[in-house]
Amino acid sequence: MTVVVKIPTQLRAAAGGETETEVDGETVQEVLDGLYERFDELRVRISDEDGSLRRFVNVYLAGEDIRFLDGLQTPVADGSELTILPAVAGG
Amino acid sequence: MAVSHLECKECKAQYALEALYVCERCFGPLEVAYDHSSSERDVGELRRRIQGGPQNIWRYADFLPLAGGPPGPSGRLASRVGLPAGCTPLIRADRLAERLGLREVWVKNDAANPTHSFKDRVVSVAVARARELGFETIACASTGNLANSVAAHGAALGLESYVFIPADLEEQKVLATGVYGTKLVAVEGTYDDVNRLCTELSAERDWAFVNVNLRPYYAEGSKTLAFEIAEQLGWELPDRCVVPVASGSLFTKIAKGFEEWRDLGLLEGELPRMNGAQAEGCSPVATAYAQGQDVCRPVKPNTIAKSLAIGNPADGPYALDLARRTGGGVDAVSDDEIRAGIALLAQTTGIFTETAGGVTTAVLTKLAAQGDIDPDERVVLVITGEGLKTLDAVRDTFETYSIAPTVEAFAAGVPEAVSV
Repeated sequence: MTVVVKIPTQLRAAAGGETETEVDGETVQEVLDGLYERFDELRVRISDEDGSLRRFVNVYLAGEDIRFLDGLQTPVADGSELTILPAVAGG
Repeated sequence: MAVSHLECKECKAQYALEALYVCERCFGPLEVAYDHSSSERDVGELRRRIQGGPQNIWRYADFLPLAGGPPGPSGRLASRVGLPAGCTPLIRADRLAERLGLREVWVKNDAANPTHSFKDRVVSVAVARARELGFETIACASTGNLANSVAAHGAALGLESYVFIPADLEEQKVLATGVYGTKLVAVEGTYDDVNRLCTELSAERDWAFVNVNLRPYYAEGSKTLAFEIAEQLGWELPDRCVVPVASGSLFTKIAKGFEEWRDLGLLEGELPRMNGAQAEGCSPVATAYAQGQDVCRPVKPNTIAKSLAIGNPADGPYALDLARRTGGGVDAVSDDEIRAGIALLAQTTGIFTETAGGVTTAVLTKLAAQGDIDPDERVVLVITGEGLKTLDAVRDTFETYSIAPTVEAFAAGVPEAVSV
């Protein structure tokens, strides 16, 4: 599956300035691993030491928060959009 | 001015005072930091300086994040600029206290702001900072009260505004936003969908989203509620505050206000016990509190308290920490309890609050009934909004006697009045 990953402003400098990039994988975890392989610096920005998402990072698959799906194990569909966003907005 | 820089609450990285809200290193939230080392140290003089200020939040300008001080030609004339917020009544609610078996309950009635909610405080600060930073357009993601306030402040200051709301908002809140001539965008989805959209848009547009890229400045406005409560209590801290929790920003910033003033010697004593109030239909913070978690699992809201319907609360972890370290808590109440809370406050204080105030009053009722509150405590109930904005919550909750205009019809149709 090829997924379009949308990169937030705050991480673009660590992602070669790209606003989005295509990554292959079967699950959200695999897509993120593919992203880290390409841009190593993103790993520590997005995930904790134990591999889970940092608590102020939200990840959406086709607009839905992955915590309402199967989290990092959520399967991804070909051509779907994975959006990484800061969690601190609003209220 | 004492405002110094932006600092990450998580990793303490420092940033310049710009339109930034997220730490680039760890994604933690940025917060405004101050340097009061050159401020007045004499407490009496500090108090006189505050008391000599305008009758609105700008009397606390020394503790707010504006580089140029209060807006307007001078501090004294600041009340003539924009829509002055704050200096709302703090009312001693003896009849409410008696009903709850408590001794001293105060109601901070923040419905008495220009657009009838506490949001005027945060928007005043955010918009003033947005102007300092050169923005010409303001925007927000809102559950209703913020929509009213951003639209009105845009109109008052001649700034273009975009207001994004969930499409199912109460009609009163929609009408009380559109009237100001804002660009009102109703989004199909929940508030959390609206918030996600605005987070994405804030990266694409050169706008001041008050609760996204201006959020560090915006959130500071809530401290003025603490400053006012303390000043109105005669420079004393209450023993307990009951505060509604949506994102958790108001809840945590009220405590920050008390703490900052205590650090400066303006207040003494323990931080109040901080009790957060949520609706059962959207209680990610109360649930995490009850389960002993330190992060909140997001929920899909389903409650009449739409102004608190944030399923993914940005300041959830900080709200949990605050409740625990002050000996307070975070509780949730049902929609029926919310309606009963609105009625109780109205019938014992004459204050008609919206559903969020029903949540807060209902949580106070619950805590009192459980015996969690020492009867000798001084308790402050923070009422954040106006009942006229959520009229459906009280529809069909009382009886109206319909009669012909005759004395006989009155006597026959209104039995209680006859028997008195």
